[in-house]
Amino acid sequence: MQREVPLFITFITGILLIIAFFVPPVSKLEETFLDWYSIVAGITLILGLDSLIIHHLRKIQWKKEGWVHSLALILSLNLTLLWGFWSWWKSGSPFAPSASFLLYFYTYVFIPLQATMFALLAFFIASAAFRAFRARSLEATLLLISATIVMLGRTPIGHKIHPFIPVLSDWVMNFPQLAAKRGIFLGIALGGIAFSLRVILGMERSYLR
Amino acid sequence: MNTFWIRVQQMDRRILYIVLALGVLVPILARWKMDIHPSPEVKKAYDFIEAQPEGSTFLISIDYDAASMPEVQPMLHAILRHIFRKNDRVLMIAHWPLGVPLGQLALEEEARRAGKVYGKDYAFLGFRPGLAAVIVNMGKDFRSAFSEDYKGTPLDSLPVARGIRNYDQIAAVIGLEAGSVGDAWVQYAQARYGVHVILGSTAVVAPDYYPYLQANQIVALIGGLKGAADYERLVGYVGTASTGMTTQSVVHLLLIGFILLGNLAYALGRRQS
Amino acid sequence: MMVEMFWTTVAALLTLAIFSFLYEDNPFYKIAEHIYVGSSAAFMFIYVLYFDLWPKLWTPFFSKLFHGNLSGITSSQWWLIIPTILSVMMLTRLLGHVAPQAMWISRWPIAFTVGVGSGLGITGTLQGILVPQINATFLPLWTSSILHTFNNWIIVFGTLTTLAYFYFSVEHKGVLGGMARAGIVFIMVGFGASFGYTVMARVSLLIGRVYFLVHNWLHLV
Repeated sequence: MQREVPLFITFITGILLIIAFFVPPVSKLEETFLDWYSIVAGITLILGLDSLIIHHLRKIQWKKEGWVHSLALILSLNLTLLWGFWSWWKSGSPFAPSASFLLYFYTYVFIPLQATMFALLAFFIASAAFRAFRARSLEATLLLISATIVMLGRTPIGHKIHPFIPVLSDWVMNFPQLAAKRGIFLGIALGGIAFSLRVILGMERSYLR
Repeated sequence: MNTFWIRVQQMDRRILYIVLALGVLVPILARWKMDIHPSPEVKKAYDFIEAQPEGSTFLISIDYDAASMPEVQPMLHAILRHIFRKNDRVLMIAHWPLGVPLGQLALEEEARRAGKVYGKDYAFLGFRPGLAAVIVNMGKDFRSAFSEDYKGTPLDSLPVARGIRNYDQIAAVIGLEAGSVGDAWVQYAQARYGVHVILGSTAVVAPDYYPYLQANQIVALIGGLKGAADYERLVGYVGTASTGMTTQSVVHLLLIGFILLGNLAYALGRRQS
Repeated sequence: MMVEMFWTTVAALLTLAIFSFLYEDNPFYKIAEHIYVGSSAAFMFIYVLYFDLWPKLWTPFFSKLFHGNLSGITSSQWWLIIPTILSVMMLTRLLGHVAPQAMWISRWPIAFTVGVGSGLGITGTLQGILVPQINATFLPLWTSSILHTFNNWIIVFGTLTTLAYFYFSVEHKGVLGGMARAGIVFIMVGFGASFGYTVMARVSLLIGRVYFLVHNWLHLV
């Protein structure tokens, strides 16, 4: 019962969505299923929230190392929720142009945190460029040459050095690069179809763990 | 002296960081400017939008968040300026929840600049979970995915959305991407319903979209800060992308220098040891 | 004006706190990092409520139910009970800490989402990737222009050899081995291009933050 019913649900929904693609009368049912999917998929976004909160509450409770950081996390979580709901109530939507949640919290707290977190990667990539990218073999040399052409060709400096550089970089992107990506895509697509079929037919059950 | 190249190899990473930081700071502070030559992929996007009859409706999808904001946000601004200047209309949705406000902020700013009216010229519908499911359902019946705007106003009360039943009334989907949503637009909106798709993306995912471009599955591709700068140039203003292009050039040269120095130190260091 | 200056300074300090990690790991970075994680989680919660449960379940169904307006609920809206039940079943995963034995209940909605994903995936991949991408590879290998012919060869040959490289069912010997070796050349050029683009992306993000500091905060440019 704990395994058979889920396998049956997967089989029916999977097959139905394939049939609906070819048989228009089933299309309305597909629309309904996709609508339900959208609702349930939303719920999955908040799964994991519990373990995050419990993990940090325990750290605070037992005053484990770094509990002050956990306190910051819990406080920011609660503050964000309160602010969001307050804006929802005050402005009719937390995302209204006049909502303080959008104007201040998102713009001046969330954006700098998220954007800077990812801007750090520029430094790590610089360090990697210096330490890791060695032209040790023909393959590695090809990679470096292709990267250099693209890095020059995709900025105005490439054109300044020689107008042919952007043309060459366009060529790399539109032909050899494209061919490799297409080969990889086709491989992934074939693998994806085979995997989906195995899931629908109940041969792949890892999602039931 | 014998160990010079070995020492170079083991240089503290923070020295590299300082050099990189200066490489970014100096061109910005010195306000160096460079000419921008728009690439063919971006021109196609501009020409396609330009060729649509006045009053066309574009569906813009926010599929990125603040992590890629410096690259994609200027694209959004430039495209919105272009669309509003042509007196076309915009419906905006989002597939990346954390990016929803970015779309909203740019839309409001550009609409204010162009003197556009909410509900008549543009509307913001917000986010729905489900990605492919949402994209497919919009092609069947737009209202089964979005029956109201982000404030809860029914679509039929908004003149800009009243006539929209499915993708047939959309001139093009403009997907602004930082991940795999662009693939879903191609697979489920373009392949299934034949709607025109223009993708603007971070430089990280842009190379993956070239096979779609050659197969005519997408109309055009605006990739990375350079793509954004190209679009700003085509629309005719200097925005943050164009301003950043000189810095980008300097830092790319610097990084190529790092790679060369790293290799040189490696080769000579090996000989020394 | 003052309000904006205050908030810009907050944003700048948070930016600097994250950048301070470059020197070494420190409490400022740690606090900023935890604030980011906490607020992201809360954000997700608000989104699910505001953009999912509110417009898709509350407005069309539960608000009417709670106000006793049963006649206002259409027959298709009554069906919303099913995704509601599935959503509640999904939430039993949250009970993992207190009642792990109840977690199996969440398998039903998971099975539903997996079924929908697989069904959509098969048709989407066939129609959206396999057919058009193979179609676009059927290019003439002899044209009136040498460059055009050469480029078509690159696409056809590159795609086939890359596929050969990833074909592991047969040992890479003979013709297949040769093709796989040619495939590596294309793959490396492809990865190089991706690397170049990734560098470009990361640098752009850094430019964005530094520009914020010197333009919006310090007004130096």
